[in-house]
Formats: sequence, C-alpha cells, structure tokens
Amino acid sequence: MLELLEKTAKHNGLILAFAVVGLVMIVSMQLSRRLTMGRVHGSAIAILIGLLLAYWGGVQTGGKQGIGDVSLFAGLGLMGGAMLRDFAITATAFEVHVSEARKAGLVGVVALLLGTVLPFIVGASVAWSFGYRDAVSITTIGAGAVTYIVGPVTGAAIGAPSEIMALSIATGLVKSIMVMVGTPMAARFLRLRTPRSAMVFGGLAGTVSGVSAGLAATDRRLVPYGALVATFHTGLGCLLGPSLLFFVTRSLVG
Amino acid sequence: MIIYGTAILAVCHLSGIFLGDLLGTLLGVKTNVGGVGIAMILLICARLWLHKRGLMPQTTEMGVGFWGAMYIPVVVAMAATQNVVAALRGGPVALLAALGSVLVCACFVSMINRTERDAEAGDAAATETEAETDNRVATHRA
Repeated sequence: MLELLEKTAKHNGLILAFAVVGLVMIVSMQLSRRLTMGRVHGSAIAILIGLLLAYWGGVQTGGKQGIGDVSLFAGLGLMGGAMLRDFAITATAFEVHVSEARKAGLVGVVALLLGTVLPFIVGASVAWSFGYRDAVSITTIGAGAVTYIVGPVTGAAIGAPSEIMALSIATGLVKSIMVMVGTPMAARFLRLRTPRSAMVFGGLAGTVSGVSAGLAATDRRLVPYGALVATFHTGLGCLLGPSLLFFVTRSLVG
Repeated sequence: MIIYGTAILAVCHLSGIFLGDLLGTLLGVKTNVGGVGIAMILLICARLWLHKRGLMPQTTEMGVGFWGAMYIPVVVAMAATQNVVAALRGGPVALLAALGSVLVCACFVSMINRTERDAEAGDAAATETEAETDNRVATHRA
C-alpha cells in the first residue's frame, strides 16, 4: 500500500510538486494573516519555507539541489528549474500597462534605474568585502540585492554555482521582508503620501511583493502606483544584470 | 482558445532566449545576455500589436495570465531546490547586502520625495527626527 503510494508520487513528480507548493502557499497565507496580520506578505513566508525545505533536503542528502535531491520530491527541481521559472517570469510582463506606465514619467524611470544600480553596487561591494573575487559571484550576489528574481535569473545566465544562487536569493528575500515590515514604520521618513511618491518608492524599493505588501500596510490607495513601477523593476534587472552590470563588474575585477 | 495565449508566450520566450544567446555570442561572452528581459519586451509589444487588431480575446489572455500567476509558486519551488546549506556558510553576506541596499534606497526615496511640492510640507520638519528614529527601529526589527 505504502509502496504503491510512493510509486504514484515518483511517477508524477511535477504533479506532486504542484500539490506540495500549493500546500506551502496555503500554510504561508494563513501564517501571514494570523501571525503577522498581513504585514509580511504570504509569498515571502512561502519562499522562506522553501529555503527551509531546501536546507532540510541538503542536510538529509548532502546534495546540492536542496529538497530536489530527496527522490520523492525530485519534481520540485523541474518546477523550480530554469525553464518554467523564466517562462513564468516572462508572463508577468503581460500585466504591465504601457499607457499607465507613461504617467509615471521621468521620475519613475530615474527611480527604476537607481533602484537597480544602487542595490547592485551595495550587494557587489559586500560580496567583494567578504572575499568573493570572481565577476560571476559578485554580479550574482549584487543582482540578488536588486530582487530575489533578478539574482537567480542573472546567476543562471552567467553560470553561477548553486550556493552563490542560494546566497543571492537569500539576499533578495531578506531585502523583500525588510521592505514589507519597514515601509509602514518608515512611511513618514519616506514621504509616502502621494501617487508620485509611491511610484518613486516602487522604483527604488523594487520587489513587487515587498512594495505591494509594504504600501498596503501604509495606505491602500498607493498600492497600484507603487506596484506599477515595481513590475518594471524585475524586467529591467533581468535585462541589465546579465549584460551591462556583469560586463562592468568583469572589467572592474578583471 | 487558451493555448493561443500560452503559444504567444512560448514564442516570445523562445525568441527572447535565442536573441539573448545571439547577443552573448556577438559580444564574445558565452552566456545569455538579458534573454528574459528581451522576452518580456517582446511580449509587451506582441500584446499591444494584437490588442490593437482585436486579436486578443479574454480566453487568449488567460493562457498568459495563468503562467504570470504561477511565478510566485515557481519561485517557491526554486527556493526549495537551492543549495541553502552552502549559502549559510557564506555567513552574514545576505543580511549585510540586504540591509545596506534597503538603507541606501530608503535615503534616496526620501530625498527624491522631498523635492515634490506638497501642501503638507509645513509639518515635515517637525516630524523628521521622529521619522528617522522610526526608520532605525524598522531596520532593527527587520
């Protein structure tokens, strides 16, 4: 009986992965609502649980693919692999409305560029000061400081090893959680009052989950403006990370 | 049909990745240069073009929308298959890099937003010190 169940699971790896991730999401949404009163977005908690599962898998098997090395959960490797990940990220561009985006205007573009370049410089500098000397690692960690999507997309494109990718995701995740929790508290310092200020914030803070959760907890009316600019953030980061930023980094560190 | 939307997405994705690889080869690096970003731009263009010609019914849009909505679950699966054990050996890199970039960006947001003319600008100076304390508390808690 148990053997038969295991066989079903192993032969339907990707389908099992959908069920497992669905379970993780529902648990995270409940935790978000009950424990943090919606202040920390459910998706951030879900990713945190994902990283914990990866840690458990790594300790259990000694492998490099987190829980994907546990044969029962090999399907998660397919679901979270480069193919489906890039496919899903590309699809998010569909939600961008160009006419609305034009309203953000010049200030939104400036904020977006700063929001990509500044975190990258900080992340890359921290990586450098901790002894990472190769352009691939420095770029991947720097890109992780932009968002937890830009990090792995950049890392995958320039061929970063898995532990650097995990570090990069962890950086973006910590940043996202800081933005979610910190935004309502720092709202006055940030001058978050008008749609324009929300767009500036969305461009500079970047992570869509961080921005939308942070603004929702500050002032619900500001959410669409911040999220609108932030949706461009991932695309811009994915475009600049493996290209311009990588080349500049490589020319600097040799 | 829903598959039309997914097919449009697939074509944009493949073209973007191909152009990214091509760009990488032309630039002399053996990597993909901005493939996903190019794919996203292609998708936005395709959507505008098809929409203008009325070739984008709701069901077609759903074929793309589904995958867009799947990106957080896919990222969760991706997180679950990373080499976290090795990353933790990297020490406080993640924490410092995140904290640093949040602080730098917060300062810039504040600076840019201070240039905006605001009817309530009068009370800004009074609350400034307090707000900065708030910010410090925020980063500590995070």
